[in-house]
Amino acid sequence: MGEKERIEEQDQILKEVTEKDYEYGFETEIETEYFPKGLNEDIIRKISEIRNEPEWVLEFRLKAYEIWKKMEPPTWPHLKLPEIDFQELIYYARPKNLPKYNSLDEVPPEILETYEKLGIPLEEQKVLAGVAVDAVFDSVSVKTTFEKELKKHGIIFCPISEAIRDYPDLVKKYLGSVVPPGDNYYAALNSAVFTDGSFVYIPKGVRSPMELSSYFRINARGTGQFERTLIIVEEKGYVSYLEGCTAPQRDENQLHAAVVELIAHDDAEIKYSTVQNWFPGDKEGKGGIFNFVTKRGICKGDRSKISWTQVETGSAITWKYPSTILKGDDSVAEFYSVAVTNNHQQADTGTKMIHIGKNTKSTIISKGISAGKSNNSYRGLVDIKPGAENARNFSQCDSMLIGDQCGAHTFPYIEVQNPTAVVEHEATTSKISEDQLFYLQQRGIDEESAVSMIVNGYAKEVLKQLPMEFAVEAQKLLAISLEGSVG
Amino acid sequence: MTKNKQPLLEIKDLHVKVGDKEILKGLNLTVYPGEIHAIMGPNGSGKSTLAYVLAGRDGYEVTQGQVLFKGKDLLDMDPNERALAGLFLGFQYPVEIPGVSMINFMKAALEAKAEYEGKKPMKPGEFLKYYREKIKEIGLPEKLANRNVNENFSGGEKKRNEIFQMALLQPDLAILDETDSGLDIDALKAVAEGVKKLHNENNAQILITHYQRLLDFVQPDYVHVMYDGRIVKSGDKNLALELEKKGYQWLEEQKTEA
Repeated sequence: MGEKERIEEQDQILKEVTEKDYEYGFETEIETEYFPKGLNEDIIRKISEIRNEPEWVLEFRLKAYEIWKKMEPPTWPHLKLPEIDFQELIYYARPKNLPKYNSLDEVPPEILETYEKLGIPLEEQKVLAGVAVDAVFDSVSVKTTFEKELKKHGIIFCPISEAIRDYPDLVKKYLGSVVPPGDNYYAALNSAVFTDGSFVYIPKGVRSPMELSSYFRINARGTGQFERTLIIVEEKGYVSYLEGCTAPQRDENQLHAAVVELIAHDDAEIKYSTVQNWFPGDKEGKGGIFNFVTKRGICKGDRSKISWTQVETGSAITWKYPSTILKGDDSVAEFYSVAVTNNHQQADTGTKMIHIGKNTKSTIISKGISAGKSNNSYRGLVDIKPGAENARNFSQCDSMLIGDQCGAHTFPYIEVQNPTAVVEHEATTSKISEDQLFYLQQRGIDEESAVSMIVNGYAKEVLKQLPMEFAVEAQKLLAISLEGSVG
Repeated sequence: MTKNKQPLLEIKDLHVKVGDKEILKGLNLTVYPGEIHAIMGPNGSGKSTLAYVLAGRDGYEVTQGQVLFKGKDLLDMDPNERALAGLFLGFQYPVEIPGVSMINFMKAALEAKAEYEGKKPMKPGEFLKYYREKIKEIGLPEKLANRNVNENFSGGEKKRNEIFQMALLQPDLAILDETDSGLDIDALKAVAEGVKKLHNENNAQILITHYQRLLDFVQPDYVHVMYDGRIVKSGDKNLALELEKKGYQWLEEQKTEA
């Protein structure tokens, strides 16, 4: 559809969503204002109570809390982590759309500039920035049509809080099955205090007719610090799920500890794409977001497939390793990643591929781009278990450095316990050469566009894995995130 | 040749340093639209330096002199501005740019040009049609035109790609820096044909060449010989032939005589 129609459609969706959120009556302003800081059993009970959760969810939370209490936050030598006082945080998420500003004039100009560059319509800018939006809208919406379409196929796509209420058996069966609370410190924390997130269920033989989730930019915006997502695809099913948003996620909540669990049964396929632009803090790196995410998928069934594609920029500190357990025979896992750091950002990201079944195959393509004074690390694990006959892995970890004050590091770990495995690893490091820049400039292309062109060429292999609309946004995002990196 | 047109390029007493060393020592040259100039000279005479200085590459310090391009101060412009103003450099060693396709590259360059000239850029369909026309015109193998910039191109293919880009961008002044070096006779002819096809009465080309071979196929209006950072002799095609016969040593004698 044309650009005008697309914008109109987005405006419609926007209106529908904001209208709907005003219906969220169960959270009053008073309650959220006075929610006490800190984390203890009482607070967890309160969270569960406010959300009207069944007993088994409260138990899940409390068990996780007990586990968390016994753990220590992890330290990574390559990241400079500030001390996080967990008793200073508030564990109840404020409603999404509490306006922070009265008008666009009050929003920091850099944020508005980014929205302009990303081509975001004005109405959407207001919501993204947290400006109060006038009510009174028409009801016709594409979103409703979209929900009808999914229902026809028997696809469940709703907030996890709704799923707990409406499909408890499904949630009970799978929640924590891929990322148990004891898995790591932040998973334990998330399991105790998770706020909301997406629940997706694809029945047998169903291929989702559309991409799910956050191409609604508003829905993606700051859904919470402790987001929990659960995606289940039955035999021969398929879903492509998009998470994230190119508009900078402005959030006072500095700590984000999400958990994502994917389950793919026989012949099922899950494609999970993330395009995330976290507010990086100012040029000195103050006020940025700490992004600690545990994402894991299990290729439970034979011939199942899970692909992770991510483009990440801007986080002050990113610590995430989307991983896949290849349990089913002939299962396939892929990981495509572009991680950009600029200014003072730090990223430590990578993947784990755990081969258990027979004839499994994994592919890792990681492209790091560092500029400014940033540090970008890839940390990967390829783990071939004893029973993994004929396992295959191919890893390509490339780093590109822009300027000479940034760093890139690669830490590949390969553990092979089966002699029939074939594991290939390639790593390259490159700089954008003066000669390449000059060549492009001599054809009329300005310096910043030239850097952008070269970087996009470098990242192309990953970008082409993204659904079309995301790919376009990701390209713009790469350009913006590298602004000022030259010269 | 009518000289009542404004010169495309005027180089006046150009002195250029690279690091501590002075490479160009007072070079003068004027080029009018419709002309083809050849610049020959031994290694170290400053031919490539001249090309890079005109294109605006970093690392070259102009200590004296002036360069006007279409009447405007060229040295004051950024490299991409010079290109947009109509200056093209055919590189001696064209660089590879992995991941960047020739098509996207040329599309972006033409869009930049359109914006600079205040015109609307070509729609994708128009552009592809134009691109294919030029492929045929220059005779560049289609498989090359569909690849990434110079990626896995042979030396000869890279040079032909320079001419191909020239055909797409249609510069007013093209400086071809030893575009003929390393080419076999067929590639050389192809390059020469390309240059001749693109030449018209409104543009001009400066062919920097080490051997006079290219000049058998592209007749220059003027031949200049550079030696030790300056143009020491100018003439027509016959000068090139004389140089070929007598060698650069002859120049040394000429210089001391002058």
